[in-house]
Amino acid sequence: MTEVLIDLVLLGMLAMTALRVIFLKDLFAVVMLFSIFSFVSALIFINLDAVDVAFTEAAVGAGISTVLMLGTIALTGRTEKKNSHSSILHLVVVCVTGAALIYGTMDMPPFGNADNPIHQHVAPRYIEDSPKEVGLPNIVTSVLASYRGFDTLGETVVVFAAMIGVLSLLGTARPTNKRATPESGLAKHRVLHVVAKIIIPFIILFALYVQFHGDYGPGGGFQAGVIAAAALILYALVFGASFAHRIVSPRQLEVFAPLGVLLYASVGLVGMIKGANFLDYNVLASTAAAGQHYGIIIIELGVGLTVFAAMLGLFYAFSNQVERSNVQ
Amino acid sequence: MLEQHLPALAILLPLIAAPIVFILGRSTVVWLLATFTGAWASIVAFQLLLTTLAEGAIHYSLGGWSAPWGIELTVDALNAFVLLAVTGVSTMVLVYSKESIAKEIDKAKHGFYYTAYLLAMAGLSGILITGDAFNLFVFLEISSLATYTLVSLASDRRCLTAAFRYLIMGTIGATFILIGVGLLYMKTGTLNMLDLAERIAAFDRSRTINTGLAFIVVGVSIKLALFPLHRWLPPAYTYAPSAVSSFLASTATKVAVYVLIRFIFTIFGPDYVFYDMGMDMVFMFLAIVAIFKCSYMAAVQNNVKTILAFSSVAQVGYMVLGISLVTTTGLMAGLIHIFNHALMKSALFMAVGAVFYRVGSVEVHAFKGMGKQMPFTMAAFTIAGLSIIGVPLTAGFVSKWYLVSAALQQNLWVIAVLILLGSLLAIVYIGRIVEAAYFHDVPEGRDASKLKEAPLLMLIPMWVMVLANLYFGIDTSLTTEAVGHASEWLFQSTELLEVAQ
Repeated sequence: MTEVLIDLVLLGMLAMTALRVIFLKDLFAVVMLFSIFSFVSALIFINLDAVDVAFTEAAVGAGISTVLMLGTIALTGRTEKKNSHSSILHLVVVCVTGAALIYGTMDMPPFGNADNPIHQHVAPRYIEDSPKEVGLPNIVTSVLASYRGFDTLGETVVVFAAMIGVLSLLGTARPTNKRATPESGLAKHRVLHVVAKIIIPFIILFALYVQFHGDYGPGGGFQAGVIAAAALILYALVFGASFAHRIVSPRQLEVFAPLGVLLYASVGLVGMIKGANFLDYNVLASTAAAGQHYGIIIIELGVGLTVFAAMLGLFYAFSNQVERSNVQ
Repeated sequence: MLEQHLPALAILLPLIAAPIVFILGRSTVVWLLATFTGAWASIVAFQLLLTTLAEGAIHYSLGGWSAPWGIELTVDALNAFVLLAVTGVSTMVLVYSKESIAKEIDKAKHGFYYTAYLLAMAGLSGILITGDAFNLFVFLEISSLATYTLVSLASDRRCLTAAFRYLIMGTIGATFILIGVGLLYMKTGTLNMLDLAERIAAFDRSRTINTGLAFIVVGVSIKLALFPLHRWLPPAYTYAPSAVSSFLASTATKVAVYVLIRFIFTIFGPDYVFYDMGMDMVFMFLAIVAIFKCSYMAAVQNNVKTILAFSSVAQVGYMVLGISLVTTTGLMAGLIHIFNHALMKSALFMAVGAVFYRVGSVEVHAFKGMGKQMPFTMAAFTIAGLSIIGVPLTAGFVSKWYLVSAALQQNLWVIAVLILLGSLLAIVYIGRIVEAAYFHDVPEGRDASKLKEAPLLMLIPMWVMVLANLYFGIDTSLTTEAVGHASEWLFQSTELLEVAQ
């Protein structure tokens, strides 16, 4: 009963946030509301016991994408332009789509029922056999990294493709010739400096924990990559991009992102050389369980590397543009 | 050893080459590597087609996990046939790219071009041969992101708005497909296509499945630019670099037509989609409007790339019309036209790109006098144009022939006449350009001595496509055998399922 109540409250907040976004003209506020929207969605996912999804939503939706959208606003301006088009047709299309979705829910299996098809068809094998077959306590990681590892390879390539797209538009950030000086960034904010210096090591430590503990608890390469990128973005924001470039340069990121994809694919290729199908980890080591374990650790590293490089690369590209437009 | 891995290789070759190309950066090496990858992928596709025709469908379990728990690649005559067209044409366009993008894309962005191109190829191949509905969505994302990037690479700033429009519409389409697949998953608990088909049969007419069908059909229709959801396409093809227009026009929408066929015939079943839901009438109506409205739009444009873009939407109309006839011959006509249209449109866009290379414009008046100045390019354009019209001895004739006979089989005289009238409109829009090229002199003020024939590296791939148009117009054994098998299988897919279980 309480769970239903919590769901209702959260869904209500979600709807209110969405409505507010539609009518607001101030884009800065819209971005903040988007962040809240993601955060509330993450809470709903937790209530659905989908902790891994909630984790990703919080890290990507509420975290990184907010930073990137703020970067966009810094380039484009803060208020929405007046829309000259008539929007009645659009409204009709949206209403029809919404009505269709509601119509579709009418024969939906009852919410949370254990007899639903999604719990009865493929799921039982994942739940009962994955500890034996894959050997990981976290079933979500087993499904993502092993049973459906090809999807995850695809998703990693999606992240890489997104990076290619943004970098081709914004131009790759080249390190500036001027020496990194403390004037860049939020130099005068001493409190920020001290706090950032204290928490950045812990963020990186947490990223490593999420990376390597994904087999046992919620987490994995996606979340870890995002968190590690967040640590460096915080560093770049507080101390200036040129300092961050000295730790990881844009050029290095342009190598890391494709390297992560290659690392992932190479695990599959090794399986092929050893006579099994692509992405079969069983043949990687002497026993199937050890093979699965090695395979998953390496592909998670590949995912982490690509996601880290892509997220930080996107941020660099945006901050580079902002700097350039400030100079002009 | 490689034989057993052919299905995986078809996706992996471009997928692995893309990051390597990005690391290597800009140079001739990258072009060579990309072309080599494309050629290898085409050979793989050809081997796959021969194997499926001889031995039936190939199943490849990724990670060694059998379906429906793991992801399976399923290759049959249908997708092997489309894969051959996609990889073959993309390889030819890659050869053509070297000279063409040197003129149209900033040199610093050549690395991005080849990376995005290979990613798009990997995505399209993945969509084609995966046997898993969600995996299809993942590859759709890869190919979509890569194609938006490709469109935005042109030096003409207007390509940015076109790419943005394409991105918005494409994302809506992809989201609709995802919602649809989600609804199916909710009701069936599976994502494997064959498994879905079997379990949907038990639930059809449920509101959730109906809604899933509606979302998937609308989403895919945006992707294949079915009238009236085509409005993103003309600007995207007009302002994209010529090589990209050539690549997209011959592959991206074709793969979307394949997705439509796969969802209707393999997953939902033609009985449910056409007889219960009555979608055939909807498709037929939209296809005919598309043929006439967009052929007319093509006839009144002044930009040759826009003309070809509108022509593409009209040609998609012919494919959908074939599907909507709900007969084996109709489906064969649609499938053959996927293949043949890839051959003709790539050749046409390559010729236009060659004219742009020399003249720097793609307006109709820029073609004036080009018949004399660039004889090989304009001859290629004319032959490919005849193929679009459907003149005998060209590939286009074969498509039209099957389409008309499919209509006549069902005594749909009106449809048959409409198809022929549509061809008349094609004569108008192709004729205008050919007339400008052969019956006008180079306009005053343009130095005719500078307007030489296009470089050999552009002419060779262009003529390979033109010769393919003639070859598949005369010897139709490969195409008809492949599509014959494919459409028979598709209509028997429900029976096949029972055998497979």
